[in-house]
Amino acid sequence: MALSQTEVLAGLAEIVNEETGIDTSSVQMDKSFVDDLDIDSISMLTIVMNAEGKFGVTIPEEKVADLKTVGDAVNFITDAQ
Amino acid sequence: MSQPTLNQYSAVKFSRIYALGAARGDLVVTNDDIAGPIDSSDEWIQRRTGIISRRRASKDVSLMDMAVEASNIAIKRAGIDPSEIGAVIFSTITHPHQTPSAAALLADKIGANPAPAYDVSAACAGYCYGIAQADALVRSGMAKYVLVVGGEKLSDFIDPTDRTISFLLADGAGAAIVGPSDTPGISPTVWGTDGSHWSAVGMTASLLELRDGEAGWPTLVQDGATVFKWAVWEMVKVAKEALEVAGVKAEDLAAIVTHQANIRIIDELAKQLAVPEGVVIARDIIYTGNTSAASVPLAMDALLTSGEVKSGGLALQIGFGAGLAFAAQVVVLP
Repeated sequence: MALSQTEVLAGLAEIVNEETGIDTSSVQMDKSFVDDLDIDSISMLTIVMNAEGKFGVTIPEEKVADLKTVGDAVNFITDAQ
Repeated sequence: MSQPTLNQYSAVKFSRIYALGAARGDLVVTNDDIAGPIDSSDEWIQRRTGIISRRRASKDVSLMDMAVEASNIAIKRAGIDPSEIGAVIFSTITHPHQTPSAAALLADKIGANPAPAYDVSAACAGYCYGIAQADALVRSGMAKYVLVVGGEKLSDFIDPTDRTISFLLADGAGAAIVGPSDTPGISPTVWGTDGSHWSAVGMTASLLELRDGEAGWPTLVQDGATVFKWAVWEMVKVAKEALEVAGVKAEDLAAIVTHQANIRIIDELAKQLAVPEGVVIARDIIYTGNTSAASVPLAMDALLTSGEVKSGGLALQIGFGAGLAFAAQVVVLP
């Protein structure tokens, strides 16, 4: 069954926390991965790989650059399920 | 008149690695030394790669010099005479001659002439390819001892302004002597290629383009995102399969020695493999850098010489890189 946007956000926050140590409560829809959360490109790749595994979706490499905010990623994953 | 029955090689049951040898570039190159042309910093390079410094060879130290040094150490440690070496396999992508092979010259220089000798081009997977072939040559009875060398002088093929891979790269050679054994010492190898990503890591141009004035000196370049994803996601599967075909579990290992590509790849691989506490993860990259085909034997030798792991333990070794090529096997530490 497809997860809701809230559930995807919670799952993504756990992945971000595991990779970077950032508190899950800081991972909010309007936050920018680079500007607000200070996530570098390698961590971003790791987060994408883990999100693909966790949510059973494929996030194409050319799409990763478009996922600027947490909300971009959550919406993409929610739609791709 | 009846046809005579052919003689064939008689097989030896098992093989093992007898000894390793290592030679690193004579220069210590810090991040500050190379950060300028890529508009970077020591902090950025450390955070992205784990590298604090890398070993590179002076202009007058050749790939062959390092290969000979590493080979002579391995031969001495193995306690064999070089004339007993039945084959020399040299894995390298930086031998500066299209032909003849680096291996033929190496065989002569170490006293193994007239052993059969040939180069392997499997980039960062090359040493593990060589161990797979050495295992097969020894167990088939084709050679009593095989010298496997992974060696690179990558600094001859870098662009100081390249931000994709050059700043990772280093020089060195690692050597192993493989020979017959009473007990199993090298597991089946899980190996292969994925040529659909042929251009993910490679050279900026071909020699023909250089000749025709269409390109400058070819240097190494990579698509970091593609390589990172492949190196973690696909190599986790390869590592798990290697353990399975070896008949061992991760908790049975003393060490995991991956190709020293980038500390972030090494750490993520270890995480995805759920490596149990107590299994040593080789991180030779921190002070050696990425030496392509040399990185696995150099990292394993460092663990043995520092005493972090002991002879007789099991190690999963896995090489992966340009091709894309990969190879993994479990070995008994020499």
